[in-house]
Amino acid sequence: MKILILSQLTKLFGPLRALDAVDLEVAAGERVALLGHNGAGKSTLMKIVLGILDGNGGTVQVAGHRPGERVAREMTAYLPENVAFHPALTGREQIRLYLRLKGEPAAKAAELLERVGLTAAMDRRIGTYSKGMRQRVGLAQALIGRPKLMVLDEPTSGLDPVSRHDFYTVLDDLAREGTAILHSSHALTEVEARTDRIAILSRGRLVANDTLAALRQAAQLPIQIHLVARHGEADAVAAQLGGTRRNGSRVELTCQPAAKLASLSAITGLGSAIEDVDVIPPSLEALYTFYSQGSAQ
Amino acid sequence: MSRLLAAAAAEFRIALRNRWVAIAITMMVLFAAVLSAAGTAPTGDLGVDRLTITVASLTSLGVYLVPLIALLMSFDAIAGEQERGTLALVLTYPVQRWQLVAAKFLAHLAILALAVVCGYGVATIAAFAVDPRSLAGLAALFRLTWTSLLLGAAFLGLGYTVSALSRRSGTAAALVIALWLVMIVLFDLALLAGVVADNGGVFTTRIFPLALLANPADAFRLFNLAASEATSAAAGIGGAANAIPPLQALLSLTLWAIAAFLAAIAAFRRVQS
Ligand SMILES: Nc1ncnc2c1ncn2[C@@H]1O[C@H](COP(=O)(O)OP(=O)(O)O)[C@@H](O)[C@H]1O
Ligand SMILES: [Mg+2]
Repeated sequence: MKILILSQLTKLFGPLRALDAVDLEVAAGERVALLGHNGAGKSTLMKIVLGILDGNGGTVQVAGHRPGERVAREMTAYLPENVAFHPALTGREQIRLYLRLKGEPAAKAAELLERVGLTAAMDRRIGTYSKGMRQRVGLAQALIGRPKLMVLDEPTSGLDPVSRHDFYTVLDDLAREGTAILHSSHALTEVEARTDRIAILSRGRLVANDTLAALRQAAQLPIQIHLVARHGEADAVAAQLGGTRRNGSRVELTCQPAAKLASLSAITGLGSAIEDVDVIPPSLEALYTFYSQGSAQ
Repeated sequence: MSRLLAAAAAEFRIALRNRWVAIAITMMVLFAAVLSAAGTAPTGDLGVDRLTITVASLTSLGVYLVPLIALLMSFDAIAGEQERGTLALVLTYPVQRWQLVAAKFLAHLAILALAVVCGYGVATIAAFAVDPRSLAGLAALFRLTWTSLLLGAAFLGLGYTVSALSRRSGTAAALVIALWLVMIVLFDLALLAGVVADNGGVFTTRIFPLALLANPADAFRLFNLAASEATSAAAGIGGAANAIPPLQALLSLTLWAIAAFLAAIAAFRRVQS
């Protein structure tokens, strides 16, 4: 079931097309990563989905409702980019307030804060929290009331790798329970393993929208093969395979994805002259650059 | 309703921790105490009790101080949240915008009430200390207290409106100071200049009373002074006060409070984040 449907969504800031006819859908239980450089339009798209900013064209439906409608707001959770809270309130007081604003019992605050690992600090003022801790408070409020749609704007920026891992574990649980998750990031490496689908925005246009494997397939970026040749044979191996020698024993070559198996069989054909082989798929950075620059030309 | 109260309680707590409660109370108490000390000099036997005279001076104090405190508490309410980034998140919650404005309003009005009661309380105790007949002035004091809150409500609403229309907190601060200067200080000066220049003509008889009614601060002063004729002498515009029925002044003040609140909601509804 589709929870979020954007169709031809367009947003203008004066002459700037922050969003240009964007089509995007997120189904229940699906995790979609929205990628793009700074200024690509990720936050703008999210704010329109939440109904705190109006679009200039196209439509948005949240489980069949207009964004910002009360029903839509009741089923949606949001974690803004660089989330901020009242520094004078404690973590617990802030979450109690959000619980009551969502019509939930305030007593659930401690449990939510425990789930994001803030039990020890919850009675301290948020003004004393680190960025990572504020981000956790932000996640705790987003978990209130089993949302059907979660919109997370660069949720893991400012988190250390361990916290990041914990963060994605919480998201996995939610997705398993059927929450549709749309989260943004400016690094593909970070969302790689944790998303069902990747949507790439570039200057307001959606330039890619598929699984990582399919995006790789479509991009046809060259594959790197790193070899270790037996001592003294590196030059011969490089000459035979059309690669380059990097040092006494290492040889590198590149090939198109379609030619991968052919290259490998040529390598095995060299027999004992080869000591080791590593096949390195195109890097995520290269893939990301491929899609986000493709549109600019 | 429970959402509104939860938000109001949080606003009150924030104001308490940000020292707004302490600042408001200190301002009111300090000025009321100075005023009482200045007023204890023998004024000759006017035939009225000390508290009634105190109320007249408190009216002049309140007219400046209550709007100022209300504007200082309200200018940051929306622009500040927008600037610090706390607004966007709250707006995605299933709370109506008028409820968010009403929550701030309730909290700020409660703080104003605390400040007014403390300030006027100090002056009242001082009055009773020098004149046991002060009991006679209690009705005037009570009237002054609730009309001060009405005046405060009007300026809270104006402050939120300015705050919602400004994108930045600094802009809102500059605008409310300008608003205070124009409505509280310059307006009266301009009217006074008009009366002097006009020398008893149409301006003085027709326009001047209407202009006084149209300004919530003047309406507040008129209502409180007109209600106790003994104090007319204490006010510069006492003469004109007699020409205007106190009920009209009260009506004007009430309408200002309601209109300002509605304007704040309308302005806040248009805020995008
Ligand atoms: N309120 C605004 N007024 C004018 N321009 C804006 C506004 N908000 C965003 N923009 C512009 O819209 C573009 C997209 O911004 P944004 O959605 O924040 O990008 P991202 O989140 O992908 O970094 C940027 O060029 C930004 O400068
Ligand atoms: Mg952004």
